[in-house]
Amino acid sequence: MKNSTYAACVAASALMFATPALADATADGIAKYREALAEGNPAELWEMRGEELWKEARGPKKATLEKCDLGQGPGVVKGAFVTLPRHFADTNRVQDLESRLLTCMETLQGIPADEVAKTPFGKGEQKNIEALVAWISAESRGMKFNLPMAHPEEKRMYEIGKRAFNYRGGTHDFGCVTCHGEDGKRIRLQDLPNLTKGPDAARGFGSWPAYRVSSGELWSMQRRLNDCFRQQRFPYPVYGSDVTIALSSYLGVTANGTGESIAPAIKR
Amino acid sequence: MNIRIRQGAVALAVLATLAAVAGCAGTGAATVTSADYDKDAAAVMAASFREQGIVKTDRLTQDEVMVACSKFGHSLDDDLRERFQAAALAEVKWPSDGKYIGDWKEGEKIAQSGRGLTWTDKADAANGGNCYNCHRITKKEISYGTIGPSLYQYGKVHGNTETTQKYVWAKIWNPNAYSACTNMPRFGTHGILDEKQIRHIVALLLDPKSPVNAE
Ligand code: HEC
Ligand code: HEC
Repeated sequence: MKNSTYAACVAASALMFATPALADATADGIAKYREALAEGNPAELWEMRGEELWKEARGPKKATLEKCDLGQGPGVVKGAFVTLPRHFADTNRVQDLESRLLTCMETLQGIPADEVAKTPFGKGEQKNIEALVAWISAESRGMKFNLPMAHPEEKRMYEIGKRAFNYRGGTHDFGCVTCHGEDGKRIRLQDLPNLTKGPDAARGFGSWPAYRVSSGELWSMQRRLNDCFRQQRFPYPVYGSDVTIALSSYLGVTANGTGESIAPAIKR
Repeated sequence: MNIRIRQGAVALAVLATLAAVAGCAGTGAATVTSADYDKDAAAVMAASFREQGIVKTDRLTQDEVMVACSKFGHSLDDDLRERFQAAALAEVKWPSDGKYIGDWKEGEKIAQSGRGLTWTDKADAANGGNCYNCHRITKKEISYGTIGPSLYQYGKVHGNTETTQKYVWAKIWNPNAYSACTNMPRFGTHGILDEKQIRHIVALLLDPKSPVNAE
């Protein structure tokens, strides 16, 4: 409770920065206001909650997540985020952070994965996942992306992601490539990273999860992708579905070695 | 997914057997071709979405143009480009009363609006044109995108002639008529905007009194 009051205050002061910056109405102005905000990123509140949740005995099995394997061995959190999505032998699937957490919550805690996947963003167990991804990503802050590509399934998901990125359809003929396929473009005043290459992909992919000043929420990568599909006029991507994981594989591998994760970042 | 993996495994087993029979097992059976990935991607697209609000999964169905543009992007070969452009121009529906110019003030509203056709929109809400998302248009509106070229002073530069009016009309109806696989939506073809709305937007770009040209 106390936390959310604090969050509201931080968000309110964030908006005070936002007003003159948007009045400037230049990309430069927006960059400055992000800088100002970075000094007190409210995502920290989610990070703190996430760390608590990791260690809290929960669910029908009254267990913690401390034995969850994020790819670096059971319980190892540091450095895990910048290697996801990756292939996991126990599920024989390539998984991103969110879908991996669903697996851990179900197997360790007995919380049914498909119910969590159906829960709307920002509600119930989804809220807990948002806190968990904030903390887990923060534990890789400053590290370079280094997704493995040795397993054939990892290569396959990357290739599928590349095709999904370029898949144009719907009422507007949009694909991810329409908005994120060239350097230095904008929608209105929002800079669009060119997600098909190097440092831009690391900047774009490596900012999420992020705290959104406009809504005062913490958005996971699943939610970021969900909203881009909405803008694309595509149907609703199922939470943790293969298209979302494949896209993250494509973006993450493209980011490999070219930049560091700053997640959870602060966003407009 | 599981089905696909199993099929993949069967395919690999068959390949391995063939290779062994041919006595060249050393070449390795793990060669996955680009066409295999195309198939996998299609299966993943088909399995990953559900309908929500006004948006059904048929939005994923691609016509020939979408398929080619997804595959080749802006580097279509010349034959395909010419064929797509000719087909696009041929299907443009010209204004029923022969009038291309409406009210630029209405056109400005449509150009500003980015509403419509997402799963958070209502079926009966009028669609916007999203033009400012991608184009600079008036001097006054500084919140504009840069995916497309600036259209500021468009009428002043190109003249408010019937040729220009027809070009802009067709461009909005189906921009592939002049540049196949453009990033600009096919507003007429897909019924995003109706005839009346397109007339207003043509006025916004070409009417000498429109701020696009007057300011
Ligand atoms: C119609 C345009 C449009 C389409 C299509 C689109 N996006 Fe986006 N995307 C945006 C906008 C606008 C932003 C927000 C930029 C901002 O807030 O600064 C964004 C942000 C992002 C970001 C975060 C970038 C950052 O720097 O924080 C990622 C990653 C992303 N999109 C991925 C995708 C993927 C993957 C697809 C295809 C499923 C896609 N987008 C489709 C417009 C689009
Ligand atoms: C998703 C981005 C996007 C949107 C939305 C968009 N356009 Fe475009 N537009 C482009 C691109 C890219 C080009 C350049 C390539 C081409 O000619 O198709 C273009 C080209 C044009 C041209 C031709 C310019 C010239 O010099 O001949 C006109 C006219 C135009 N757009 C008008 C509009 C209008 C009017 C709207 C709103 C109804 C609109 N556009 C919406 C991306 C967009």
